[in-house]
Amino acid sequence: MHISLAITGAGGAGVITAGQLLLDLLAAHGLYGLMRRSYGPQIRGGEAASLLRVADQPVYCLDDRFQLMIALDWKNVDRFVDEIPLGAGSLLLHEESAGPVPPEIQREGVRALPVPMKALAAQEKGGRMNSVALGLAARLLNLQPEQAAALLDKRLHRKGEEAVRVAQANFEAGYHWEGLPEPVFSATPASTPPDWTLTGNEGCGLGALRAGVRFVAAYPITPASDMLEWLSPRIEQLNGALIQAEDELASINMAIGAAWGGVPAMTATSGPGLSLMLEGIGLAVASETPVVVVDVMRGGPSTGIPTKSEQADLDQALHGLHGDAPHLVLGPLDVPDCVLTTQWAVHLAEQLQAPAIVLSDQAMGQSRMLARKPAEIQFIGQRKRAESPGTDYQRYAITADGVSPMAIPGTPEGMYTADGLEHEPGGKPSSAALDHVMQLDKRARKLEQHDFGDLWAEMAGEGELAVLTWGSSTGAVREACERFCRQGGRVRMIALRLLLPAQTDKLAQALAGVDHLLVVEQSHSRQFDRYLRAWHALPVQPRVLARPGPVPFTPGEILTELESMS
Amino acid sequence: MSEHSQPKAAVKPAFYKSGIKPVWCPGCGHFAVLSALTKALAWLELPREQTALLSGIGCSSRIPAYTDLYGFHGIHGRALALGTGLKAARPELTVLVAGGDGDGLSIGGNHFIHACRRNMDLTYILMDNQVYGMTKGQASPTTDPNWDHSKLTPHGTHMQPFQPAALALAAGASFIARGFSGDPAGMTRLLVEAIQHPGFSVVQVLSPCPTFRPEQKGWKHSIHAWDWEATDDAVEAARRIHADDGMHTGIIFRAERPVWQPVRCQQTTVEAIEQEFVP
Ligand SMILES: Cc1ncc(C[n+]2csc(CCOP(=O)(O)OP(=O)(O)O)c2C)c(N)n1
Ligand code: SF4
Repeated sequence: MHISLAITGAGGAGVITAGQLLLDLLAAHGLYGLMRRSYGPQIRGGEAASLLRVADQPVYCLDDRFQLMIALDWKNVDRFVDEIPLGAGSLLLHEESAGPVPPEIQREGVRALPVPMKALAAQEKGGRMNSVALGLAARLLNLQPEQAAALLDKRLHRKGEEAVRVAQANFEAGYHWEGLPEPVFSATPASTPPDWTLTGNEGCGLGALRAGVRFVAAYPITPASDMLEWLSPRIEQLNGALIQAEDELASINMAIGAAWGGVPAMTATSGPGLSLMLEGIGLAVASETPVVVVDVMRGGPSTGIPTKSEQADLDQALHGLHGDAPHLVLGPLDVPDCVLTTQWAVHLAEQLQAPAIVLSDQAMGQSRMLARKPAEIQFIGQRKRAESPGTDYQRYAITADGVSPMAIPGTPEGMYTADGLEHEPGGKPSSAALDHVMQLDKRARKLEQHDFGDLWAEMAGEGELAVLTWGSSTGAVREACERFCRQGGRVRMIALRLLLPAQTDKLAQALAGVDHLLVVEQSHSRQFDRYLRAWHALPVQPRVLARPGPVPFTPGEILTELESMS
Repeated sequence: MSEHSQPKAAVKPAFYKSGIKPVWCPGCGHFAVLSALTKALAWLELPREQTALLSGIGCSSRIPAYTDLYGFHGIHGRALALGTGLKAARPELTVLVAGGDGDGLSIGGNHFIHACRRNMDLTYILMDNQVYGMTKGQASPTTDPNWDHSKLTPHGTHMQPFQPAALALAAGASFIARGFSGDPAGMTRLLVEAIQHPGFSVVQVLSPCPTFRPEQKGWKHSIHAWDWEATDDAVEAARRIHADDGMHTGIIFRAERPVWQPVRCQQTTVEAIEQEFVP
């Protein structure tokens, strides 16, 4: 049982706050929910929308249709129409004084209902429409007003008693507005209610801390900044440090410097910053320094669409480095998975002394979800250190598994010079062909020979029809497959969490017997499809469902695709 | 201060040298920087394993491998960023950063001014030969505007060179000195003082490139030591720097300024942080 609703308004109207409060209210009712934030580039006065889905079980994507939309005004609402598909039976509550429903919003069968939200808010001095909208939504979702009153008290407490009272009164005015139709949802709490609420960006931050990251350097960029803002005060409380660097060239090199000093380190950015970091990531490859780069992808190229999501930095993450530069590329599959994937990335980077790029995106990073607490995973990834190096210590010694013990500054007798210049095993620069091939081999070997276990992909279902996807598209694919199976269909879903090193054999095995294959990705030039064909042996020519951001995939459109293929 | 030039008997400068033979041309000023640095380290008796030397790319940036310290030969222009990250993560280490005028003031210029402003406890050795040595003789940000010996700028640069000391002062460095590789004893003294200074120390070393700037062999005649003590007055320091021909050596500016270091606050655990996620 689930329902989708959107609250829209001009930036500053408080629709994001209303959405967050609604999500909190759902948690108080033992319900699950997902809230995606959509907003324009303006700092103030632009447009904003809270896109929510409410359910009695975890939901990882938005739905095909919105059953309810609450519009506080019509400002720039045309920019959202593609992201908020209304349909027959959808209910549209809109501010009465803002005028009639614009034609681009109006759809066949949509029930539009003007509500005097502004007037209701004005019943209280300093009243706000967003609290009225929260009341309307709570009533239509059949949520309990007492819970809301308690919640408003908790969340607005620091703004003072009067602010709480006004918000509560506004909420009540919306909740009890006599023009409202019957509730459109009846809430039955989930049997196992959510016990966590997090955003993907918080998830990446937490995953890093869980894995032992104690140094972060980064330069602000949307949509990664909130991860950094979350990390900064917390890493300090763990005896670590976060530096706001002068640019991304500095960020990556600071992180490398810290990691070389023995402290697991990370930076976070978005596409433009990743472009600036690439030379530094190559240095981490050559000097064999572990470092993690989280890229919260946004629309590109160039400055692109800073506030909206896309999965189009894959090419850059896979192939952006010059030279033969083996490194790790991972992508979390949903909001809670940001914790696991980032934690895993840090452990792999540390264990393999190599850089790891984690590709999250705006959709995941800035969505808030009510979820189950992500499991504590005990990774064994530790850096192999040279504790007592001895006088014949060789930092880049050729070893069977390609990993060479690393002497950390402070270790007596371990002194050596790390180098981005090609070097012989001792670290001395060398342009000899043999040294080059030996070092290239060892750096490739340590990734190729590592056993990545089961985490490389999430798999579900069976059958001769399969869907391959990655990153934040996984949520919609998962749900489409579930619906398809409920209809009696058979389908295998494979979502890749580890993109590099490519798990060629494992994927081939996972695809054995498949005769129809669908690839789903959010990129205009089919980057994931090209990756699959370059690195893997697919049993059949895939059909590709690819489109650029920012409109997310819905389960329905993927389901239609699956139906047409079976 | 004169005693600084004499290393103590206990530790010899050679202790800080690796066996690797430098790639530098005969007569290159960078040899003397290496030698002065190892003398300074010996004088300070710094434990080798507690000392790190990080650099960028260029002839000058090759220096870490010639020492027996923890070294990092990074990428062009990013040495100060590497050093900043290391120092923030491992504040107990002595962190030295070295590189050329191209590395530090052109491709890495942004890191240079921000390192000055951040004022972390790092020592930066700017080996200034007013040319790009490694890439075979192009003009750098400190090159004279009329120098027309590079095919890349056959008419000269027609741009005023940076005065590194002025840049460092404006950007907030708390210790600024200039040395000359032809005066190893003086340079050793400066390096000792710079390493001991709490905060960001900039030591510009005029280090001739006989290969691409043979006329710099004449520097030994135009160098002169400052006959005044270091000032802590930025206005006075600026006046001295701007009145100077760029060939005076000595400590120009030394002041106590807040040193950036990681905030140390009430500690907690990851488990406690995770409580925030409970709705
Ligand atoms: C990103 C990048 N661009 C260009 C180069 C080529 N490069 C190597 S060293 C150098 C200039 C070095 O000059 P300087 O720092 O003054 O040192 P010197 O060799 O004179 O000691 C340049 C341009 C490079 N290595 N990396
Ligand atoms: S080119 Fe110039 S700077 Fe480079 S080693 Fe030779 S003399 Fe020294």
